[in-house]
Amino acid sequence: MAEPFLKIDHVRKTFGTTTVVQDFNLDVGSGEFISFLGPSGCGKTTVLRMVAGFEEPTSGSIVVGGKDVTRLRPNQRNIGMVFQAYALFPNLTVAQNIAFGLKVAGEPRADIEKRVAEMLDLIKLQQFGDRYPYQLSGGQQQRVALARALAPKPKLLLLDEPLSALDAKVRVSLRDEIRAIQKELGITTVFVTHDQEEALSISDRIVVMYGGKAEQVGTPFEIYNRPATKFVANFVGTLNVLEGTVTDAASGRVKVGSGEVLLKDKLNGSKAGDTVSLALRPEAISLGRQPGRETTLGGEISEVSFLGSVIRVRVGLGQEAVSLDTFNSPASPPPAVGDKAEISFSPDDVLVLH
Amino acid sequence: MSLASPSTGRRLPTQWLGVAPFFLFAFLFLILPALSIVVGAFRGPEGGFTLANVAGLNTPNIRNAYWVSIRVSFWSALLGCLVGFAMSAAVVFGGLPRFIRSPLLTFSGVASNFAGLPLAFAFIATLGPAGLITVWLRNDFGINLRGATGFNLFSTTGLIVTYLFFQVPLMILIITPALDGLRREWREAAEMLGATSLQYWRMVAFPILLPSLLGTFALLFANSFGAVATAFALAGPQLNIAPILLFSQIRGDVLGSPGLGYALALGMIVITGLANTLYLWLRSRTERWQK
Amino acid sequence: MKRFFAWSAFLLGSLIFILPLIGMTEFSLSMRRGEYSFDAYASVLSDPQFRQTFTYSVVMALVTIVFGILLVVPTAYWVRLRMPHLRPIVEFITLMPLVIPAIVIVFGYIRLYNTSSWLPLTGTSTGTNILLMFGYTALALPYMYRAVDTGLRSIDIATLTEAAQSLGAGWVTIFGRVILPNVFVAVLSGAFLTFAIVIGEFTLAALLNRPAFGPYLQLVGANKAYEPSALAVISFVITWLCMGLIQIVVRLAPKPPAQSH
Repeated sequence: MAEPFLKIDHVRKTFGTTTVVQDFNLDVGSGEFISFLGPSGCGKTTVLRMVAGFEEPTSGSIVVGGKDVTRLRPNQRNIGMVFQAYALFPNLTVAQNIAFGLKVAGEPRADIEKRVAEMLDLIKLQQFGDRYPYQLSGGQQQRVALARALAPKPKLLLLDEPLSALDAKVRVSLRDEIRAIQKELGITTVFVTHDQEEALSISDRIVVMYGGKAEQVGTPFEIYNRPATKFVANFVGTLNVLEGTVTDAASGRVKVGSGEVLLKDKLNGSKAGDTVSLALRPEAISLGRQPGRETTLGGEISEVSFLGSVIRVRVGLGQEAVSLDTFNSPASPPPAVGDKAEISFSPDDVLVLH
Repeated sequence: MSLASPSTGRRLPTQWLGVAPFFLFAFLFLILPALSIVVGAFRGPEGGFTLANVAGLNTPNIRNAYWVSIRVSFWSALLGCLVGFAMSAAVVFGGLPRFIRSPLLTFSGVASNFAGLPLAFAFIATLGPAGLITVWLRNDFGINLRGATGFNLFSTTGLIVTYLFFQVPLMILIITPALDGLRREWREAAEMLGATSLQYWRMVAFPILLPSLLGTFALLFANSFGAVATAFALAGPQLNIAPILLFSQIRGDVLGSPGLGYALALGMIVITGLANTLYLWLRSRTERWQK
Repeated sequence: MKRFFAWSAFLLGSLIFILPLIGMTEFSLSMRRGEYSFDAYASVLSDPQFRQTFTYSVVMALVTIVFGILLVVPTAYWVRLRMPHLRPIVEFITLMPLVIPAIVIVFGYIRLYNTSSWLPLTGTSTGTNILLMFGYTALALPYMYRAVDTGLRSIDIATLTEAAQSLGAGWVTIFGRVILPNVFVAVLSGAFLTFAIVIGEFTLAALLNRPAFGPYLQLVGANKAYEPSALAVISFVITWLCMGLIQIVVRLAPKPPAQSH
C-alpha cells in the first residue's frame, strides 16, 4: 500500500483499570471503505471515537492525511461523522442542518446555498430542504445526516452504526446508497457495525474486533472464507464446528463421530489423539453424495426449517450435529426428520480452527 | 382502542357522568370565582355596567403597587432562571460527581415547596437586623450590611432575594429534565462539523431549550406575583405590592370601594394571564420544529 | 476549567439554600442568652394554640387529600380511557391555579359564597371549613393531577379495564381494586405534595378566618423573636418528610417490567 491516508498506530485506551482498546494498529488507504465489525463492547466504537476526537488515546497516535491529529479537538479535525440515529438538529430544517458546518466555518451565503443544493441532489431529497427532521422517515433522516457530514468536504468520513435504527428493507437500500455515494466522492470511510452481513456487503476491507483487539483484517472474501481465529469464524456467517480426534497428523486424518475426515493439509504440531475443532459453512455441505465433495459422513436428520428459497437441515452425527443448506425445489419434497442421511463436503472447505 | 358499550343509546350521558364531578368542581371553585371577579370589576354599586372601577386603579398608589409587584416578580423570576439554570447545567454537563444529582433534585422538591411564612422567618433569622449574617458581618468584619450595601430585607430587594429560595429550585426541577433531553449526539455532531461550544449553544442547544425556558419564566413570574404570605411576614401589611393591597382590601376595605377590590384582582389575573399568553405566543413561534 | 466553573456555580447557588437554613436553625437555638438551647421549641410545643392550629391543619390536609383523590383519580382515568379529546381542556383547568393567584380565587369565594348568596357556605364554620377544603383542593390540583396522570400513563389502563370487565367486575370494583392500587405510588406522591402545601398555607385560611396553622405562624411571627425560627425549622422538617416519603414510596414500589425497544 502507498502512504496510508489514515494511520492508527499502537493506540491503547483505558478507562480506569479496564482496557477497552489494546494496541490497535491499522492503515487505511485513500478512498478505501473499511468496516469495524464486532459485538458490542469490543472496542470498535471507542476506536472510532478516538479518530473523531471524542476520546483521547491513552497512548499511540492517529494520523489523518499526513497530519497527526491525536491531540486535536474534534472541531479542528475536519472529519465528517454520521451517528446511530436522531443526531439531526431538531430545531433546524433539512437545508439548515446541511448548511451547519459551512455556516460555522463562515462561508459566504451564496456558496452555502449552492453546496446545500448539491448535497440535496446527492441524497435525492431536493424537495425536502424546508422540512424539519421530525417530518422525515428514519431513512431520510440518515441521508440528511450523511449530507450534513459531507457538506464541509471532510477528509475522512466516519459512520457509527448509521443503519442500526432502521427497519430491514430501508437498511439494505440505504447501505447501497451510502456505498454508491462513497465511491462517487472517493472519500476514505470508516464504518462501524455489529452486523456481519452489512460489513461483508459494503466494505473494501473489514477489521473484525474482539476484546479490544483486531482479530483479523482482510477483504470480505478473506474474512468469510479464511477466518484466522475461532472468534472470526463464529462471528462472521453461520458455522458448523465439529470436535474431532486426530488419527494421523502427517496425512491430516481426523476422526469425527464414527466417520473419518481427510484434511487438505497435514496437521503440523498435532499428534494422534489430540482433539481439534473443524469448521464448515452450511453451504459447503451437501445432503447425499456430490461430485467434488469426497468426504462423507453418515447421520440422521434431526431438524428441518423451510426458509423459502433455502431449506436448512440439521443432521445429527452421533455426538455432533451440523446444519446445511439445500435449495428449495418444488419438484421434490424436503427431507423428513428421522430419515437416515449422508452428508458430503470437500476437504478444501474444512477449516481447522486454532 | 375503545371498549364496547353495552347500550349505545345511553352512551353519551354515561360518558359525561365520569367527568361531571370534576367539571362541576372546576366550575364552582375555579372558573366561577374568576368570572365573578371579572363581572364585579365592571359592575357599579347599583348593578349596571361601569368602567369606573377599572379607572379607579389609576391612582399613584395602586399604579405603584402593580409596578413594584411586576418588578419583584420579573427580577426574582429572571434571577431564579439564571441561577437555577447555572446549577442545573453544572450538574448535568459540568462533570460534577453523579451522586450530587439525586439529592439536589430531592432538595429542590423540598425547597420549592418551602414558601410562605416559614421562609420569611428563615430569612429574617439570616439577613434580618439581628440575623446570622448581619450579626456576623458586623461583629467580625465591622460591616454594617444595611449601611454598607443599602440592603434591607424588608424592602423589594429583600423580597427578591427571599423569593429566590423557592424560584431557584423550581427552575432546577423543570429545567433539569430539559437539559437531560439535549442529546449527546447533537453536541458531538456540532463539534464534528467544526462548531465551537459557543456556536453549539447559540445555534442548537439554546433554541431547543427556549420553550422550556420561557415556560418556566412565565411560571416563576406568576408564582411570585401571587405570593402573599412571605411578603406579609417580611414587611407587614404596609408593603405596597398588589397582592398585599388586595389582601388588606378584602380584610378591611381599605380602598373605600368594594368595586375597586374586584378591579384590583382583575388586574392581577390580567398580568399573570398576559405573562402566560406571551409565553404561549413565543412558544408557538419557537416550536415550529416540534410535532 | 469547565469543572471549576461548574463547582463555582453549584456552590454559590447552594448558598441561597444553605445560609437561610443555617440562619434559622442557629436562631431557633439561641433563645437562652450565651448558649444553645431548645427553649424556643419548648415554648412553641407547649403553646396550646400551636397544638390546636396544627391539628386543625393536619385534619384539613387529610380531608383535602381524600377529596382530591376521589376527584382527580376517576377523572384522569376516565379521560385517558374514554374521553381523550377532553385532555387539553382538563389539563388547562388543572393548570389554572398556577396562573390565577390564590388570593384572587379566595376573593371570588368570599364574594360568591357569602351569607347572602345562593350557597351561603361562609355562614357556618362547617361550611367555611368545606369551602377552605375546596380551595386547598384547587391549589393542589396541578400537582395532584399531574402525579396521577403520569402514574396512569405508565400502566395500560385500557387492557386492565377490559381484563377486569371480562372477569365480571363492575366500575366500583375496577376502580377500587384494579386502577387505584396500580397508581397508588403516584397518588401517594400527590398526597404528600398536597400535605406540604396545605399545612402552612396562609392566604386562604387567613381570609376565610379559619384557625389554621398558617395564620398562627403569622401571629407568632409578628409577636415573638425566637419562636418563629423554631416554627420555620419544624415546617421545613415537615416539608422534608413529605418529600422524603415521596422518594421512599417511589423507590420501594414494585417496578413495572422494563420496556423493550
